[in-house]
Amino acid sequence: MAHQFPALTPEQKKELSEIAQRIVANGKGILAADESVGTMGNRLQRIKVENTEENRRQFREILFSVDNSINQSIGGVILFHETLYQKDSQGKPFRTILKEKGIVVGIKLDQGGAPLAGTNKETTIQGLDGLSERCAQYKKDGADFGKWRAVLRIANQCPSNLAIQENANALARYASICQQNGMVPIVEPEVIPDGDHDLEHCQYVTEKVLAAVYKALNDHHVYLEGTLLKPNMVTAGHACTKKYTPDQVAMATVTALHRTVPAAVPGICFLSGGMSEEDATLNLNAINLCPLPKPWKLSFSYGRALQASALAAWNGKAANKKATQEAFMKRALANCQAAKGQYVHTGSSDAASTQSLFTACYTY
Amino acid sequence: MPHAYPALSPEQKKELSDIALRIVAPGKGILAADESVGSMAKRLSQIGVENTEENRRLYRQVLFSADDRVKKCIGGVIFFHETLYQKDDNGVPFVHMIQDKGIVVGIKVDKGVVPLAGTDGETTTQGLDGLSERCAQYKKDGADFAKWRCVLKITERTPSALAILENANVLARYASICQQNGIVPIVEPEILPDGDHDLKRCQYVTEKVLAAVYKALNDHHVYLEGTLLKPNMVTPGHACPIKYTPEEIAMATITALRRTVPPAVPGVTFLSGGQSEEEASLNLNAINRCPLPRPWALTFSYGRALQASALNAWRGQQDNAEAATEEFIKRAEVNGLAAQGKYEGSGEDGGAAAQSLYIANHAY
Repeated sequence: MAHQFPALTPEQKKELSEIAQRIVANGKGILAADESVGTMGNRLQRIKVENTEENRRQFREILFSVDNSINQSIGGVILFHETLYQKDSQGKPFRTILKEKGIVVGIKLDQGGAPLAGTNKETTIQGLDGLSERCAQYKKDGADFGKWRAVLRIANQCPSNLAIQENANALARYASICQQNGMVPIVEPEVIPDGDHDLEHCQYVTEKVLAAVYKALNDHHVYLEGTLLKPNMVTAGHACTKKYTPDQVAMATVTALHRTVPAAVPGICFLSGGMSEEDATLNLNAINLCPLPKPWKLSFSYGRALQASALAAWNGKAANKKATQEAFMKRALANCQAAKGQYVHTGSSDAASTQSLFTACYTY
Repeated sequence: MPHAYPALSPEQKKELSDIALRIVAPGKGILAADESVGSMAKRLSQIGVENTEENRRLYRQVLFSADDRVKKCIGGVIFFHETLYQKDDNGVPFVHMIQDKGIVVGIKVDKGVVPLAGTDGETTTQGLDGLSERCAQYKKDGADFAKWRCVLKITERTPSALAILENANVLARYASICQQNGIVPIVEPEILPDGDHDLKRCQYVTEKVLAAVYKALNDHHVYLEGTLLKPNMVTPGHACPIKYTPEEIAMATITALRRTVPPAVPGVTFLSGGQSEEEASLNLNAINRCPLPRPWALTFSYGRALQASALNAWRGQQDNAEAATEEFIKRAEVNGLAAQGKYEGSGEDGGAAAQSLYIANHAY
């Protein structure tokens, strides 16, 4: 306990910390394009496109072959295993295309949820078996960061102590193994928005979860400067009758983070959960304008909130490639501006409404 | 677990947060004048003065009669119980003298260390019994903050998991009780400098200890914005043969804090431990000049490092009182500058040395 057996050499630390900083530099964020086959099925079904490997490949090709200027707003892309090894129609690997644009390639590493017996339908996440060997291979194949999503829910007796501890521990093991293989772990402890709880309740739970996550990371000797956090924003449950403004979401979110996330963490890239594209951008912007101390970059790691319009524009037809890319580029730019607190939405409120909540911050 | 039963009302939170911010306002730190009767015995015997209540009163009078020059560099004074109820030669209570200078009054509330059976000479700290009632009375009598010191030491087998856990827990209970009574808790988990360990070892142990402290504070629902931290700087053991510069101490210290102390904590007020007056000022200055970004104030809570010269100048003689007070004011002003990184020291050049270590911060 009192002895230190260094987990990483200074060179390893330097590599990890540089990768992490590159991903979130200058307002850049992450495109989460790591939908599993099943999840892509849901997306494609909505635009009535068959869920085949070729269709999945085509859609990702359209996104990745967008103009190089995308690298001003996208610092990293998370891929699903299948996608890491796919190529464009000329036979060029996707991972090469992304790297040539200066974008860091990441890979989803978890293997889905498993139930925790004796709980109210809570889960932990699998994927630790053979993880080191998998990471070593992915690193050779071009991935410099990993992603692992743990899920907690707010309900009667949830999240329980066990669910919090177990998910925090699994995240810490995953993070430790990633770093041993030169990959930056994105740590994602998602508190899902299902339920009718209010904003305050979500904030309370998020604080407890993040405190447990950072204690576990410390216990497992994880090098924080070489990690990124991918949390939920603090929001009311989907079925909550009370409505909150982006400024309220921002204040609750940054309050929770600044009580739990050490300054050593270089970046926090929010997940978009069930938010619309525009809400995800407005909330991120408000977060970056929040007057509380924010020693980490506050950016995005969006899936649906970057791709919904693009998917609709594509509709499965190659002829729609240009419209698809425009839709994607538009969201990427908007979120990059939001990550700098510079997003201007027509009809959005001005500085006055962001100021008014500052004095109320101690109520959080 | 998932329910929040608010420990404090918004008004209580605001009061605590305002007090904390006043104490660590830019350029200000704390005078730790809370030596117990036993500790004062040691100090007074060194200058050949008898340890009587009157002598202790006369000595504190020397410190507290400092003129308005201390207003800009002293934000708080920690009292021992006896001193809180003492008066100056004209019958003016010490508490009023301090408050009239706009300085916040604090009180030591722990009741010393006790052994942890089954460990290698480790301790916990007592004082929780009746603490709430004591705090309520101290608050009425003018105290707005409190201090509680836990002690850990570095040897082959220490600090043990039990010592870390137990001391973190007792600090969290104390902090929670203070806040219930409108008193800002200063949380002091001191890792002694005794031993021959190097800087890295101290950094590692400090990180483990602080991670446990902040997890415990979170578990006990302590409002971080209404607390202060009083840690050791990260230094080598007294008997370590390797010498380190103030810049190396600064880098190790801030790295440890960045990895463990949430940004919500308004200020870190370092203890001086066994450091000389000048060392304590130079190190604090280097800490404030260190290029690593930090979201909390970094200042002092010094006992010996503010009083050594004053004590020596006084030597128990009333004729020396004014000169002794001057010595104290001098050290207070020096540390006020150091808390802003503006202390020039004794011709020391920190510029080049500080820069050269910035590149190497991943080595910590």
